[in-house]
Amino acid sequence: MSTVTITDATPPQLTQRLTAARLPRWAPAGTAVASIALGCGIGAAAGLKSHVQWGLISALLFLAVSYTVSASVEGRRQARDRFATSLVWVSFVCAVVPLVSLTVYTVQQGIGAISPEFLTHSMKGVVATLSPDGGIYHAIIGTIEQVLLATLIAAPIGLLTAVYLVEYGRGRLAKAVTFFVDVMTGIPSVVAGLFVLSVWNIALGFEYSGFSGSLALAILMMPVVVRSTEEMLKLVPNELREASYALGVPRWKTILRIVLPTAVGGITTGVMLAVARITGETAPVMMLVFGADFINSDPFNGPQQSLPLYIWQQYSQINNDYGYQRAWGAALVLIAFVMALNLVARGIARWRSPKGGH
Amino acid sequence: MAKRIDVSGLSAYYGSTRAIDDISMTIEPRSVTAFIGPSGCGKSTFLRTLNRMHEVIPGARVEGKVMLDDENLYGANVDPVAVRRSVGMVFQRPNPFPTMSIYDNVVAGLKLAGVKKKSVLDGVVEKSLQGANLWNEVKDRLNKPGAGLSGGQQQRLCIARAIAVEPEVLLMDEPCSALDPISTLAIEDLIGELKSQFTIVIVTHNMQQAARVSDRTAFFNLAGVGQPGKLVELDDTQRIFSNPSVQATEDYISGRFG
Repeated sequence: MSTVTITDATPPQLTQRLTAARLPRWAPAGTAVASIALGCGIGAAAGLKSHVQWGLISALLFLAVSYTVSASVEGRRQARDRFATSLVWVSFVCAVVPLVSLTVYTVQQGIGAISPEFLTHSMKGVVATLSPDGGIYHAIIGTIEQVLLATLIAAPIGLLTAVYLVEYGRGRLAKAVTFFVDVMTGIPSVVAGLFVLSVWNIALGFEYSGFSGSLALAILMMPVVVRSTEEMLKLVPNELREASYALGVPRWKTILRIVLPTAVGGITTGVMLAVARITGETAPVMMLVFGADFINSDPFNGPQQSLPLYIWQQYSQINNDYGYQRAWGAALVLIAFVMALNLVARGIARWRSPKGGH
Repeated sequence: MAKRIDVSGLSAYYGSTRAIDDISMTIEPRSVTAFIGPSGCGKSTFLRTLNRMHEVIPGARVEGKVMLDDENLYGANVDPVAVRRSVGMVFQRPNPFPTMSIYDNVVAGLKLAGVKKKSVLDGVVEKSLQGANLWNEVKDRLNKPGAGLSGGQQQRLCIARAIAVEPEVLLMDEPCSALDPISTLAIEDLIGELKSQFTIVIVTHNMQQAARVSDRTAFFNLAGVGQPGKLVELDDTQRIFSNPSVQATEDYISGRFG
């Protein structure tokens, strides 16, 4: 920054016109450090216990100090600019702090529970309140199978619905479908669970199983897949469809060979994110898969276990350190699983996105 | 190859709006016919009725007859997909398929029609790219993405893609309007070569271009905003630009309006 002028070496006339006094480049960082120090000092002096309060005081100080310092040196327009920038930064930190602390805390609490035994054993024959033994193998198996089945049901239906809405849908039917998809997006997961429970398990008389859990998860997943796929298909330029029609390619082939491949990166990302979303669903699973203690790798027969349900079961044994420990371990595995899915989705999106070449 | 187009009483609509009204003309085979006229006069709409691309737009429809030699494109039982196979089109903005390589772009039409034999495809790629004057520039990187080429190269790639399916007619909707003068020249030269095999129809806003490349020129005009476009006259390019029979044409060409 060669244009920074702190000294008034320039003629006063020119100063008024184009150049003005500027704070040095380190000013925002300096203000931040000073505000945090001051905020912590005030917090400690006032005897506030919560560090969240310290943080809030620091944030407000930071906003106030950036504005006043800048206003006194640089003038009001620059000060407003700096205030807005500071506000963006404070909001960013407010958004990131809970995410980072959640991850860090889960790792801290859960890492101790992770062991080869924990990952490869079920809870069969383990008295949960008296022993640190047992593991989550049955829950991992259950979660993977239920999520996979739900995806196999929801992804094709969702994909085809989106293709219908974008490529074919006209008039009342399309509007109705869009409306119901919107409504479905807002269905609370408990309601989806209750619906499957009353129709599949009670009215039709099927027993509790991983599959009935999958049905509820599929209901939750479908609208998410439809929405994201729809947005991706809309992004495919109409010119590509026309180029294909102009070559004498029929419509269905254009959709299959031109439109879908162009959007496949985004569609996959959407499906993966929907998978990540349903992996953590607890309520429907609680009602439908029944939480078995033993390994049941058949999702169609008998109770299964799943990670969210396992976490809830272990944590609900009040004041039991063994249960807490296992719950945190399972939570860590669940977060890692979801994060891995997200990374895979990003990888696929990058790998399949249309390339510019060179 | 190269068929005569005979249009009679053709009107095209977007919903209830009539975009072009009662157009009749004959387009000669193995020649270049240029459409000129002010914006909104229906040149592009008319062009798109010639391979039934107009009806791709929701709510759009066409009345009238378009004879390709002895077949009516709008007759009963005519398959629009088959029409588009024999009447190809090049668009205003280059639109190579972004997921495909240069090679796959050229043979997209054939591959999607089920041609799989590598030797056939290889031959078509070389022939079409040579036909589009692009072969020497891309022959060493046929497997690179088509979107990585320059704008002018992309447009020639699109022309190669259109001629690879061996249509009888080639429609071009302002093919040079997004290109620089050098690429434009390359495409104009190419049009001159292609007319020995195809019936070519080109929409252009550039009157010098119409004068340079076309054998016959059609002037379209509209009576006013919101009025449908009409064909004012169609004649040899030489005559249209030197001694048109309608005053409006002369006004437009000499820049007095439009």
